[in-house]
Amino acid sequence: MRADALTWALRRVGERTLSWIERVGFAARFSLAVLAHSPAALRRIQLTMREIYFAGVLSLVIIMVSGLFVGMVLALQGYEVLTRYGANESLGVLVALSLVRELGPVVAGLLFASRAGSAITAEIGLMKTTEQLSAMEMMAVDPLARVVAPRFFGGIISMPLLTALFSTLGVFGAYLVGVKLIGIDAGAFWGNMQSAVDFRRDIANGIIKSVVFGIAVSLIAVFEGYNARPTAEGVSTATTRTVVASSLSILALDFVLTVFMFRGIGV
Amino acid sequence: MNRSAIDLWVGIFVVIGLAAIAFLSLKVGNLTSVSSAPGYHLDAAFDNIGGLKLRAPVKAAGVVVGRVEKITLDPQSYQALVSMRVDQGYQFSKDTIASILTSGLLGEVYVGLDSGGDTQMLADNGRIAKTQSAMVLEKLIGQFMFDKAASGTTAPMANDAPKAPPKPSAQTGTAIVGGAK
Repeated sequence: MRADALTWALRRVGERTLSWIERVGFAARFSLAVLAHSPAALRRIQLTMREIYFAGVLSLVIIMVSGLFVGMVLALQGYEVLTRYGANESLGVLVALSLVRELGPVVAGLLFASRAGSAITAEIGLMKTTEQLSAMEMMAVDPLARVVAPRFFGGIISMPLLTALFSTLGVFGAYLVGVKLIGIDAGAFWGNMQSAVDFRRDIANGIIKSVVFGIAVSLIAVFEGYNARPTAEGVSTATTRTVVASSLSILALDFVLTVFMFRGIGV
Repeated sequence: MNRSAIDLWVGIFVVIGLAAIAFLSLKVGNLTSVSSAPGYHLDAAFDNIGGLKLRAPVKAAGVVVGRVEKITLDPQSYQALVSMRVDQGYQFSKDTIASILTSGLLGEVYVGLDSGGDTQMLADNGRIAKTQSAMVLEKLIGQFMFDKAASGTTAPMANDAPKAPPKPSAQTGTAIVGGAK
């Protein structure tokens, strides 16, 4: 009896491990298949344009409004702390560095995952449920090239642009609060910012981060959609998993990238 | 949503996205003034560079004329070798004094260049012979306390004690002018 329970437990562990490995292998093969189909998808650029519209243009409002408010709140809170040390002229530096290096890519990535990633998963998952993907295969149209790859590239192209807009609006929001509302000298605000922010070290690294996050979110979204169980419940589970998995991977990747980008460089 | 409308919106999106990147690069990151201008290198050896960091500004009369590019320790003389990149437009005489200064009490550390009266100018990879080290606050306080103690307890010693505060005198002896011709 006890031996039975032990065997059962071991079997469960083995089963979990095997299914996990299978899933990782499937995800890797899926990624390679998407990459292999990308030339065909990019040749029909109109499909990708459509996805840039759905993933990028329709996310503009949420990204820009969030950026503006994040910048304004950062300015208010930063001013509160910096005044204690008599360093309120450095407000521009604080806001610009935190937005360009971290908050821009990460928050824009999280918003993009919940706004566009979930939509992509739900769309592909529903196409699978209603057997549209199978129908395409019957007509000798590869759904990877026709449906998946354009969404993947639409996400990758949209993400850096959305991040740049987020950071820009954030800096503008901080300018509104810091200079117009609180009354910090505009020259000090921009001047300190410009002397502290470096193009290659801060801005280029921020853009690299956003591209990496774009790849991660888009890949997870299309994978979960394509891999969803073809039921209403399956689609809803897949959508949830997209948001959770891409948010976690954005935060984890951000840590890894930050370690490599900013380790051992002065200030 | 027809095709031309989608194209239009994507076009607008891409243009304002690229404009945002340009804004970040130019207005926030000040890409134009960094390293794009041609420059030349100057070296200087300091006894102590204090809190000087890479990419710290090099200023003459308060105007930023360059950046610190490399800081190394000379294994023979145990001096800090600071390599600076100065904008091509600014020339400095051979008897220029380089000093490590701090803007304000807690501000950033920078290299100050005071040009002298020599008619010959420093060339590329020239060595600034006269340098003045950073003022280290702890040493200053220690000096002050030592002087105070010496003058307070034993009156006659007071005349022997006065050591000059951290030598502002240029140390011409050690650094050799190299490549400045």
